[in-house]
Amino acid sequence: MQRKIVLLTFVFSTLTFWNGYSAESGGMPQLNPEFWISQIFWLIISFGILFVILSKFILPKIRNNIELRKSQILDNIETAEKQKVESENKLKDYENLILNSKNEAKNYFNDARKKIIEDINKKRLLLEDDLNKEIERTEKEVIDLIDKAPEKINRIAIETSSDLMKLLIGEDVNNSSISAIVEDLSKKNKLKYYGN
Amino acid sequence: MATNPMHQFEVYRIGPEIKINHIDISFTNASLFMIISSIAILLVFNLGSSKKSIIPNKIQLIAELSYSFISKMISDTAGTKGKPYFNLIFSLFMFVLFCNMLGMLPYSFTVTSHIIVTFVLAAFIFIGVTIIGFIKHGLGYLKLFVPSGVPLILLPLIVVIEVISYLSRPVSLSVRLFANMMAGHTMMKVFGGFVISLGIVGGWLPLSFSVALTGLEILVAFLQAYVFAILTCIYLNDALNLHH
Repeated sequence: MQRKIVLLTFVFSTLTFWNGYSAESGGMPQLNPEFWISQIFWLIISFGILFVILSKFILPKIRNNIELRKSQILDNIETAEKQKVESENKLKDYENLILNSKNEAKNYFNDARKKIIEDINKKRLLLEDDLNKEIERTEKEVIDLIDKAPEKINRIAIETSSDLMKLLIGEDVNNSSISAIVEDLSKKNKLKYYGN
Repeated sequence: MATNPMHQFEVYRIGPEIKINHIDISFTNASLFMIISSIAILLVFNLGSSKKSIIPNKIQLIAELSYSFISKMISDTAGTKGKPYFNLIFSLFMFVLFCNMLGMLPYSFTVTSHIIVTFVLAAFIFIGVTIIGFIKHGLGYLKLFVPSGVPLILLPLIVVIEVISYLSRPVSLSVRLFANMMAGHTMMKVFGGFVISLGIVGGWLPLSFSVALTGLEILVAFLQAYVFAILTCIYLNDALNLHH
């Protein structure tokens, strides 16, 4: 319909002025009708071509460009917002991760400390046990030694005494009498040497 | 060069005389500048629309800014119903603007300083708008001449005034553009003549005037194209949305 309107308008205005001009001349060249028809003709031609090319080829392209830009900018804004949200989420995740790992590290550290302390305690207990056992054993040994020592000493003393007697007197002395004497002496001195 | 300030408006034939049925349609300097304007517009806007970059370059920016400028002007004055006439109003505005601006070049010819050209454009708009009005509203379009809320006694007078004002639209539209262009260019020519006749001693004052006038004329060239286009939009609005 728009094309019809334009066409009708062209026809009407052309008809109106084709017949409408009248001769007049004066100071103003504008009022000289000599080239009026020519001007109208060339105006219709140039403006018509301009209008057709502009509306058929150029203006749709400009419209497309503008709309394309608008939609692209909207798209970009959308993606930017999406990415912003995403990055915020990621930042939160990252902070959580760091917090978690800090806690974990703390836990690990605590665990390790506990374990080490337990280990140390266990080892200490073991060691103490060992030590106690050793001490007991040694004490027993010592007691054994203490118990056995007087006998040995007595024997040595008896032997030495009999040897000494033999040297001094020149004959064998009855061992039993010597041992009786030594026993007696050692009993007397026992408390003196091995006093508990 | 003639000192007559009206000499610049003279139309002369370029090339051979072309006659169809004794009607002279020879190619003239006016025709030449019409063609140059059209080609300039097509060049600028073709360059401005050929590349599809997101960040526009300068010429693309010019094309897109003028597009949105005219688009905004139409939607402001004629609303969404004016959208189908965008191409026509855009072409009109650009044609008038380029003719006016090309006329500002020294030794060029101002197409729009001729009443016949502006009158054809205005009559084209007037007839077109009237046809649109009658197609859209039928005989109801005649209600345009009967404003609502007018006392019955005043109605005959008002209708006559409205009809006259409606019929004088093409005249006012064409004479406004033509007279502005002609007056400006004549003034510039007159002041230019003063510069020559007063010589190196006294010529500086009219020269500075001439420079100032050139600036003013460039403003007027744009303003008149804008006024032409916006009045077209307003007339179109009357035809599309019958307010009265």
